[in-house]
Amino acid sequence: MRCGCLNEVELAKLRKKRNMDRQSLERHSDFEWWIKPTGRMRVPGIIYAGEHLIEDMDEKVREQVTNVATLPGIQRASYAMPDAHWGYGFPIGGVAAFDPEEGGVISAGGVGFDISCGVRTLRTGLTAEEVEPQKEKLADALFESVPAGVGSTGAIRLSEHEMDEMLRGGARWAVAHGYGIAEDLERIEETGCASGAKPECVSREAKKRQSDEMGTLGSGNHYLEVQRVAQIFDAQAAASFGLHLNDTVVSIHCGSRGLGHQVGTDYLKSMVVEGYKPIPDRELACAPIRSDLGQRYLGAMRAATNCALANREIITHLVRRAFHEAAPKANLTLLYDVSHNTCKIEQHVSDGRTRELFVHRKGATRAFGPGNSELPSSLREVGQPVLIGGTMGTESYILVGTAESERLAFSSACHGAGRAMSRTQAMKRWHGRNVIQELGRQGILIRSRSFRGVAEEAPGAYKDVNDVAEAAEHANLARRVARLVPLICVKG
Amino acid sequence: MARWEHFAHGADVGVRGFGESVEQAFEQAALALSAVVADVSTIAPSQSIEVQCDAPDLELLLVSWLNAIVYEMAVRKMVFSKFRVAVSGNSLNGSLAGERIDARRHDLAVEVKGATVTALKVARDHDGNWIAQCVVDV
Repeated sequence: MRCGCLNEVELAKLRKKRNMDRQSLERHSDFEWWIKPTGRMRVPGIIYAGEHLIEDMDEKVREQVTNVATLPGIQRASYAMPDAHWGYGFPIGGVAAFDPEEGGVISAGGVGFDISCGVRTLRTGLTAEEVEPQKEKLADALFESVPAGVGSTGAIRLSEHEMDEMLRGGARWAVAHGYGIAEDLERIEETGCASGAKPECVSREAKKRQSDEMGTLGSGNHYLEVQRVAQIFDAQAAASFGLHLNDTVVSIHCGSRGLGHQVGTDYLKSMVVEGYKPIPDRELACAPIRSDLGQRYLGAMRAATNCALANREIITHLVRRAFHEAAPKANLTLLYDVSHNTCKIEQHVSDGRTRELFVHRKGATRAFGPGNSELPSSLREVGQPVLIGGTMGTESYILVGTAESERLAFSSACHGAGRAMSRTQAMKRWHGRNVIQELGRQGILIRSRSFRGVAEEAPGAYKDVNDVAEAAEHANLARRVARLVPLICVKG
Repeated sequence: MARWEHFAHGADVGVRGFGESVEQAFEQAALALSAVVADVSTIAPSQSIEVQCDAPDLELLLVSWLNAIVYEMAVRKMVFSKFRVAVSGNSLNGSLAGERIDARRHDLAVEVKGATVTALKVARDHDGNWIAQCVVDV
């Protein structure tokens, strides 16, 4: 029986957030802070953030960045992005790459429970003025079309065989079955399908959880937004992305639903029990990439990735249908779909040679710079769109990957604003009805079945996404292209 | 003594149960979990479900127990307000009582994706009372 005694001091410590100990960081520039390798750390920790964000960052981020740096096979450094906050094992906003040839590991916590959770943004071909007269109708149509919130179910039911096909095919499966269009695929990472998926490594329970959740948005910070391009920072990149001032776009933030959550749950447990040892904390549970458990997790994680890609493709299909009904002049084309809870095989230079690395990005996105061969030809010259989600009342950002990002953090950037306040605090401070009214006065229509959910997601409960996007740019991880403001937000 | 609370964790939520026995602390932690999803005072314990879980130690047993509840919530589209736990060694028999989700009545907030091993603790304080806690991903 594993248990221990807690005294009052320990209990108080468990309750309280501590800000990061600045003295333990070495400042390399205004936006780059190092944790020098000590003890069992194999590489340094590097946090990219401005002073303001560093001051507000949880001490747990420093602890977790340090812990990740102790794992075998880690290359270059254990990184944290500007929006980093306390995660489980890895910080949210954490990036770490492992070489299987050096005993490198894969971690379920380093990917996250919501495997391949991500954001996609679609251009609508309509200006804000063209959307305005249809706004209420469009908000209702979107809310009606896309199931969202606790316990919501989709219309699609898959047989056991079809489920396995979906888990192998991802967005390609969705398009082949009439959800979405073929042109979408080249604008999705890995052209819409993670190869090497092994549905047989996904538990029966995980598949059961997914049986009625295809095409659902989920809850919490997941959303479906119609947004207006409110500011252009980089006219050339914006033109390459097909974005103009006052255009409207649709952004969808959601993940792999019940199947991914159960895969995360199943393999976190397996890794705690049978995974790599010793580790500084059980939450860092992992398995060597070249082990049976590591390979099974990889196969299951890629299947869950395909579930997420199929899910966002199906939701896109539902969104197109809603637009067809409420704003028929719209033509929805996919700008890009980026996942921010992933582990992907990528070629990177480390210690002077090109290696095949397993790059974990937990609450962090890929940010490939210009010329990267994995980008579709239409984006190769400019670089990858990096989508940073804000809150329902504030801005979101579109950035573009830089050439420097490869050297800085294996071509990675941040993914969102990050919470500034707990859900409990937010619920006490705001009432959902008032939040909806206040946002309504600003011209933002909210559609949600849950007032409490809206209160917990109130814009004030999040950090300022402007700071995060600015820090990403100043750190050279990605460059700002456009700022988006919400017009309609469907919340779970 | 039996009570529950939430504690802050980055983007997610910590659930913590207190009790005179480990069973009671686990039951309270389950209530804390339910309260992340919905207002437990609105949930009628009209339908009962039995679950069984095992783990290599008592702390992982808490995670397994909470994950069993998450699973039942997800596949049955139910929320729960009453829990009973019997622990024997590192095995647990539990019952969950609740009803089908009703968005109009249950003041729903957010679904739980899974219980993690972060801030995981099952321990006794100096008065012999139990605390059972971990972070759940939402």
